[in-house]
Amino acid sequence: MSMQYNTEHPIPTPPRIWENMGFWEGIKEQQLVFQRCKECGTWIHPPRPTCPKCRSFEKEWAPSTGKGTIHSWVTYRESPHPSFKAPYSVVLVELEEGVRLVSNMVDIKPEEISIGMLVEVVFDDVTEGLTLPKFRKVG
Amino acid sequence: MNSISNKAAIVGVGVSGFSKDSGRTELRMTCECIKAALDDAGLVPLDIDGIVKHTDDASDEHSVTSSMGMGNLTYFGESRWDSAPCSMVLRAAIGVATGVANYVVLYRAVNGSSRRRMMPSMRASGQMSTSDLLQWTYHAPFGLMSEAGRVAMIVRRYMHEYGINSDQFGWVTTVCREHGAKNPNGMFYNEPITIKDYLESKVIVDPLRVMDCHEEADSAVALVVTTVERAKNLRQKPVYILGATQSQLSETEEKNSYYRPVISGLPEMGHMGKRLFAMAGVGPKDIKVAQLDDSYAPLVPMQLEELGFCGRGEGVAFCEGGDRIRVGGELALNTSGGSLGEGYLYGMNHVVEAVRQIGGTSTAQVKDADLVLVATGAGGPASGLILGGSR
Repeated sequence: MSMQYNTEHPIPTPPRIWENMGFWEGIKEQQLVFQRCKECGTWIHPPRPTCPKCRSFEKEWAPSTGKGTIHSWVTYRESPHPSFKAPYSVVLVELEEGVRLVSNMVDIKPEEISIGMLVEVVFDDVTEGLTLPKFRKVG
Repeated sequence: MNSISNKAAIVGVGVSGFSKDSGRTELRMTCECIKAALDDAGLVPLDIDGIVKHTDDASDEHSVTSSMGMGNLTYFGESRWDSAPCSMVLRAAIGVATGVANYVVLYRAVNGSSRRRMMPSMRASGQMSTSDLLQWTYHAPFGLMSEAGRVAMIVRRYMHEYGINSDQFGWVTTVCREHGAKNPNGMFYNEPITIKDYLESKVIVDPLRVMDCHEEADSAVALVVTTVERAKNLRQKPVYILGATQSQLSETEEKNSYYRPVISGLPEMGHMGKRLFAMAGVGPKDIKVAQLDDSYAPLVPMQLEELGFCGRGEGVAFCEGGDRIRVGGELALNTSGGSLGEGYLYGMNHVVEAVRQIGGTSTAQVKDADLVLVATGAGGPASGLILGGSR
């Protein structure tokens, strides 16, 4: 089971800004990328104008392996927004690079999700103009 | 420690009570509460030369000043986030202690039940700050659209790391409702619950039940703060600010600090608490009554751990059965009922209840309560107070 949408309601998609543009451009190309500091190599998410370790402003958008584990998760039994059909789960994935990303799972029931589960990224074309990085169970 | 300790006191309190529909504007409730707080203190509007408000409050200082005929302001400013109640008292104390102002009023008025609160997600995107955008871009499209859901993510990890079952959080709500049932000012007067009611309440965002979540309300509070010297000549026995401090750390986010190595704690509370106790010159063992942030029940055991009332991972056991956290227990919690058992005013009612305990006028009075700790802002920027009846 994957996330179900009420397509007559627009999915909330806050606009892109300079700091996160590269992330969403990557998703359009079916690539999961995160900010990485060019000076010290620190992976950064959510994006920042500076590296919090070395304060460099020089960063690049570097590809993630897309593999990680479930760090935490919740299941909405009642929907807080008309575009999402409850029940649905939201997961916090810890990628191999050490950054964490809020996302959803595909092809799994909420009760089958557990902390520590190995997952990998997939790209979900939820509407014509919106692709979202989601995750599926590995193995 | 160079500090604000023992320089200022709370000398007046005005409250609107709690309801599902106040039937009036936030501005009107603010003015009613300020008038009541000034009467309580024995002051008049022209005595007031400072205002501290919440950034998100609907009543700005211009309309409040004009409505109340307070023509003499020399100090005004704001606090933000859910930690604002204790932060606003700190701002007020700083104002009077430095002599920038003599009498500062601080307030919060929210029609949180009758008027749906504005969430950043609901705002036109053009009005969202860069900080909000960076958060919401990564949360909203995935349906993480409510504060309860954001908190639930932290709670799940806390449960996982310490082997906690979500049923165990029920004692927090049960005790808050027991205390709230004695409070005619609150929304649950004469409506206590049992642990069974909690266990039967529906899950809204797993692992949180509806009874883990604060009760939306329309309510307002105003407080007056002045120097300890001026406080001596006023109508009420002063409630001294013995400690007041805040905490914000790297990777602190409001209710969604997901991006730091450990997400199962409330490190801002720990950071704030250490400074707070040092400032007041007391320790957790000296505190017999505390008003903690119970906007979501599981945040209470987490605060008990961070503030040093018990060890790491022991907060739930501390609350189990309720005896240690009821009036009469070793640490009476949220004696007005708090956000779960009185109503939600973002913790402003917690400060009021601390004042009442010290004045001996609580509806769930702890015997000889002379020292009360208040904590606001669990799961984000934190702030705290230690208030005392003697210096």
